[in-house]
Amino acid sequence: MTALAALEGMDRLTSGEALVAQNVAFAIMAITMVVAALRMVTTRNVVHAALYLVVVLAGVAGQFLLLGAEFVGVTQVMVYIGAIVVLFLFGIMLTKGSFGEDDGVSSEKRLMAGLVGLLVFGVMAAALVDSFEDAEVAREAPSTTAEVSDSIFSTYIVPFEAVSVLLLAALIGAIVVARKD
Amino acid sequence: MLLNQFLLLSAVLFSIGVYGVLARRNGVLVLMSIELILNAVNINLVAFGAFRATVGGEVFALFIIAVAAAEVGVGLAMVLLMYRNRRSIDLTAIDQLRG
Repeated sequence: MTALAALEGMDRLTSGEALVAQNVAFAIMAITMVVAALRMVTTRNVVHAALYLVVVLAGVAGQFLLLGAEFVGVTQVMVYIGAIVVLFLFGIMLTKGSFGEDDGVSSEKRLMAGLVGLLVFGVMAAALVDSFEDAEVAREAPSTTAEVSDSIFSTYIVPFEAVSVLLLAALIGAIVVARKD
Repeated sequence: MLLNQFLLLSAVLFSIGVYGVLARRNGVLVLMSIELILNAVNINLVAFGAFRATVGGEVFALFIIAVAAAEVGVGLAMVLLMYRNRRSIDLTAIDQLRG
C-alpha cells in the first residue's frame, strides 16, 4: 500500500506512518459524518437538519480528498456546500410558516423505517464484506484535474452532453413549475 | 486503506438516508435525505475509481453531483408549488391518489 503523493511529500512520514495517519483521518471523519447524519434525520429543527447536512457533505469532501480525488472534493464543497445547502435554506425559509418543526411520522411507522434502514444496511454490509474482504485502495498518486477533464471530453463526452441537456431541462422545468401566474 | 471501509461508510450513510426518506413528513427534509443517499453513492464511485486506478469513477461522481443539483432545483420548485397551493408541505397530507 503506497501513501498518497501529498503525504509522501512530507518526508518525515514513512509510508507506514502515512497509512496510519490516513486511517486516523478516515475514522475521525467517518464518525463525525455518521453522527451528523443521524442527527440530521432525527432532529426536530429543520434549520439544524440543514446545518448537519453541511457537516456530512464536508465529511464526504474529506473522504474524496483521502481517496486522491481532489477535483471531485473541491467540486463537492463548491456545488453542495456552496449552492445546494443555500437552496435548501431558501426552501426552508419560504415554507417555514407551515412547518416550524418536523415531528416525523408516527412512532410505529418510524420503527418500520428504522427496520428497513437496518435491513438495507445489513444486506449491503454482508454483500460487501463477502465480496471485497481485504481489497486495498491502490492509488499511487492523486488524480489530476487534467486527467479528469481529458477523460470527460474524450471517453465520456456523450454522458457529459446528456448531463448538460438535463441541467437545462431541469432549469426550465423548475422555473415553469415555481413561477406565479 | 481498505476498500471496504469506504464502502461500509457509504452503506451506513445510504441506510440513514433511506430511514430519513421514510420517517420524515417535511418535504424539504425528504429532499435532504435524498441528497444523503446520492452522496453515499458518490463515495462508492470514487472509492471504486481509486481501487481500479481509473478516473472513470470520479467522472461519474461529477455527473451525479450535476444530476443532484438538477434534482434539488426541480424538487424544491415542487415543494414551493405544494406550499403555495396547500399552505403545507406535510407529505402525509398528500393522499388524493390513495386507493
